[in-house]
Amino acid sequence: MKVLVGVKRVIDYNVNIRVKADGTGVETENVRMSTNPFDEIALEEAVRLKEAGICSELVAVTVGDEASQETLRGALAMGADRAIRVHAEMPPQPLNVAALLAAIAREEAVDLVLLGKQAIDDDANQTGQMTAALLGWPQGTFASELTIEDGRARVAREIDGGQQTVELELPAVVTADLRLNEPRFVKLPAMMKAKKRPIEERTPEALGIDMRPRVERVEVSEPVPREAGVRVADVDELLHKLRNEAGVI
Amino acid sequence: MEREQIKMDVVIVGAGPSGLAAAIRLRQLAQDQGRDDLSVCVLEKGPEVGAHILSGAVIDPRSLDELIPDWRDLAAPLKTPAVDDHFLLLREHGSLRLPIPRSLQNQGNYVGSLGHLCRWLGEQAEALGVDIYPGFAAAEVLYDEQGSVRGVATADTGLQPDGTPGPQHEPGVEIVAGRTLLAEGCRGSLSQQVIAAYDLDRDADPQTYGIGIKEVWEVGAEVHRPGTVVHTVGWPLDSRTYGGGFLYHFDERRVSVGFVIGLDYANPNLSPYQEMQRFKTHPEIRRHLEGGRRLSYGARALVEGGLQSCPKLEFPGGMLVGDAAGLLNVARIKGTHTAMKSGMLAADAVFAHWANTSDSATTGVDRALVDSWIWPELKRARNIRPAFARWGLWGGLAYAAADTYLLGGRAPWTLAQHADHEQMQKQSDARPIEYPPPDGEITFPLLSSVHLSNTNHDENQPCHLRLRDSDVPIQVNLADFGAPETRYCPAGVYEIVDGHGGPRLQINAANCVHCKTCDIKDPTQNIQWVVPQGGEGPIYSEM
Amino acid sequence: MTNTILVVAETAGDSLVASTLATLTAARELGDTIDVLVAGAQPGAAVENLASMAGVRCVLVAEAPHLAGGLAEDLAAVVAEHVGKYSHVLAPATTFGKNLMPRVAALVDIQMVSDVTSIRDAETFVHPIYAGNANETLRVLEPHKLLTVRPTAFAKEAVAGGEARVEPIEAGDPQGRSREVGLQLDESDRPQLESAGVVVSGGRAFGSMEKFRLLEELAADLNAAVGASRAAVDAGYAPNDCQVGQTGKVVAPELYIAVGISGAIQHLAGMTGSKVIVAINKDPDAPIFGVADYGLVGDLFEILPELREKLRVLRSEPDRQLAEA
Repeated sequence: MKVLVGVKRVIDYNVNIRVKADGTGVETENVRMSTNPFDEIALEEAVRLKEAGICSELVAVTVGDEASQETLRGALAMGADRAIRVHAEMPPQPLNVAALLAAIAREEAVDLVLLGKQAIDDDANQTGQMTAALLGWPQGTFASELTIEDGRARVAREIDGGQQTVELELPAVVTADLRLNEPRFVKLPAMMKAKKRPIEERTPEALGIDMRPRVERVEVSEPVPREAGVRVADVDELLHKLRNEAGVI
Repeated sequence: MEREQIKMDVVIVGAGPSGLAAAIRLRQLAQDQGRDDLSVCVLEKGPEVGAHILSGAVIDPRSLDELIPDWRDLAAPLKTPAVDDHFLLLREHGSLRLPIPRSLQNQGNYVGSLGHLCRWLGEQAEALGVDIYPGFAAAEVLYDEQGSVRGVATADTGLQPDGTPGPQHEPGVEIVAGRTLLAEGCRGSLSQQVIAAYDLDRDADPQTYGIGIKEVWEVGAEVHRPGTVVHTVGWPLDSRTYGGGFLYHFDERRVSVGFVIGLDYANPNLSPYQEMQRFKTHPEIRRHLEGGRRLSYGARALVEGGLQSCPKLEFPGGMLVGDAAGLLNVARIKGTHTAMKSGMLAADAVFAHWANTSDSATTGVDRALVDSWIWPELKRARNIRPAFARWGLWGGLAYAAADTYLLGGRAPWTLAQHADHEQMQKQSDARPIEYPPPDGEITFPLLSSVHLSNTNHDENQPCHLRLRDSDVPIQVNLADFGAPETRYCPAGVYEIVDGHGGPRLQINAANCVHCKTCDIKDPTQNIQWVVPQGGEGPIYSEM
Repeated sequence: MTNTILVVAETAGDSLVASTLATLTAARELGDTIDVLVAGAQPGAAVENLASMAGVRCVLVAEAPHLAGGLAEDLAAVVAEHVGKYSHVLAPATTFGKNLMPRVAALVDIQMVSDVTSIRDAETFVHPIYAGNANETLRVLEPHKLLTVRPTAFAKEAVAGGEARVEPIEAGDPQGRSREVGLQLDESDRPQLESAGVVVSGGRAFGSMEKFRLLEELAADLNAAVGASRAAVDAGYAPNDCQVGQTGKVVAPELYIAVGISGAIQHLAGMTGSKVIVAINKDPDAPIFGVADYGLVGDLFEILPELREKLRVLRSEPDRQLAEA
């Protein structure tokens, strides 16, 4: 079975983001970037499928600028067999990324596309579902458990208020939630080898995908900070205000 | 579990200015002399090059000129020449402009971010064929049967808090190298072990340190004066406590503001963090910051002992470089140029030894250091810091002026340094200090500051702040000194909490910004700072 | 131009869920021609309920056994058929809507917007990015606007007074490549942390797991969900899935009571969307007071019992009803 994993380079989740003063976006210069944590989980799951002998070839793909190669090196070090970068300068929008992923999934004839449920930069949570739609494949989003058996994927999905288990006929798209696994640490020798491995370069044009943005950013702003309220003297005053002023009890 | 082994000609621990300068010089020599087979790798505990770098910084480009003469054409991030020096004596109300001491005259120097410079040096090094591995912490020194250092091992990852392997456990890797360069910066955890193992500081005074706490602000265009350099002494410290403030304007409307306090301070009630916050409220400082926004926060210990506290650089199998060897010039408050130069001297010595396959045990780097410009520079400055320790601010300033201007740094005596951790008073003898609450505009609560360091550590690993004796924090530190670690730590790592059986020390290791102050200042040296698993700690972007 | 809006309703069995009401509120901001699409095996009661809501013109009902599990593969095909007739198609940004809408959007070749918290105009929408640390305003250049809306950002009131007509629509055939094989719903009678109307959260000031139970008792009184700061979770006082904050859960209840929480930014990132915030803390300088509507300085071990006692008295007053979360 062949597995395609999408990885995205985002601002490291430990870094406090800073909205640019002119409102055009978020500061990314000199800011530490790393692999989207949900994508790392997807990748880990694929590596485990490989270790279990279920996956025979693991291809990692990213859509981004030259710096995104670093993300692919990380994927190779973690256990990907091949790495593909599709060139994109502007941050691409989910539907366009889905179109690229679908094109590569077809071209590579993969049986499973594994993605993070969302990227922690735009928080869109769209690409997996869109990729599945464009391919006409079933989808297992927010996966917290994945088993592959008899040409089927059994996916436990984290839904509001519980867990749903679905069975998907392969090929399918699965997106990883936080609890699917805990990604491994990259080993230094693996990183050393990954630095020397080739990265396959592709362009949207060659894949026949129009990358025109279809949604336009008007502005990015900081959330309005909350103002401090009043100090109350005691429990009685608190309850009085909660009932008569705020009306919440 | 067996550890994998990787062989290298040279392994360098730490991608700061000294380590990267050494790496660059080694590969330059290798290429120039047709010995491209020289393999050099740099291990860096931070998640990327520059992430753990913190400095003022007004940088003397002397070493950069020697290492990469065309750095100006290569878009090096030193863009703002220092143009306007100020030296102020702050009082609680008001201030006094002092004449600029020669050591603080900055014509020809550049204001900027050492973190940016290191990122750029990292790129230069990689282009020359150096392998840099951020996210991998060197945690152990490897010795051969003869007792020489034969390399380092990276930290195990995925250990559980009790030290046993968890499900994600990966053993560390041994990097075996002809030479091991320890470029860990001030109070490096491996450097400390090696200094002790080979008694490298046998002939030296105790090292003395300071803690520097720094913020970067974005200020309004109307107050931004690129190249302005302000140094202060006096308020908010008393005259017995060594320290001072700095404020530098550099590019992109950025202002670095910070405060350094000698870790030989005596009053256990002192909080370097709070002193730094208070410092910013002085009108002379506030006016630069008002209306701006604070972008980042961090802290780092620095070496202040100077020449008389420098250990020998060379040990069997390797050497110390940069601040790990204590080469900062405290009178100039500059160490980048000496750090880089020492890295280059180390590279020259290592390369010559390697290329000539010399049989001699030593490379002669200590001789090279004494013969270089570093030595006379440090020699001239050697008495300034201990004079402040002896005679306080007024005596220190007077001595510094006399030593510099009358004696030209050639005084026939050398004042000795003392060990910082021994200087703390009992809390019962000390004056209480009350700090003003944060105003949310210029001054901030500690935890919101720590947040801006972007620091993080996996909670599920052994604590990297080790107690040699778990009873000491309560029985000694709390009883005698009022738990000074809860105040000197600039990241809120240490807290005394009320537990079932009375008070206990809570160590919030996840907050640690790797400044090493606890390793230095703990009164009984009961806290040992060791590296956590790689890639953790602060993520500074422009420190 | 008049907007015509289609709301895709989320139902649980045959009843409506609150997120659908919030989506209807968002739809009313866009225009007054609102149709609702309901799909399921037997959506009967939900249909009736929706038809009686103010502003609803028509309830489109896709009834078929294969729509019971709410599989996106089946449902997206149904919804996609109708997109062309509407200027806007909205669904709640719950796991139901998040699973469904991107699939619909790709089927009709439209870039959608996720998790809308505010509607500027018919084509301009605000939504949080970077875990709520920034807001992005987007203008959608597509002919039809597809959105999921954040339920906590819009009122969940059932505004009655409508008499919508009910219209059956084509339910399609099961695509057959995916099926639901199991469903486990959380059985706790306490509300879910993320959807609770009241959340009471505790910090490390509780000092032990045993003492943390005091908070659970208050939660039970208020029918609230229990949250915790990272420090409390790290100290082992509360389980991991209680953690409120940037690395935990983001909550936005009507009432958030922070007890013994200093208010590290990490924690604030997870709760400042709450409508009313109460902070109880010993330290008058604790940052939590900077975001609290009502701050009470004092010892939580004294305040909590008093608070519970007086709440009980308040509740027993016959002429007033305590709003249940």
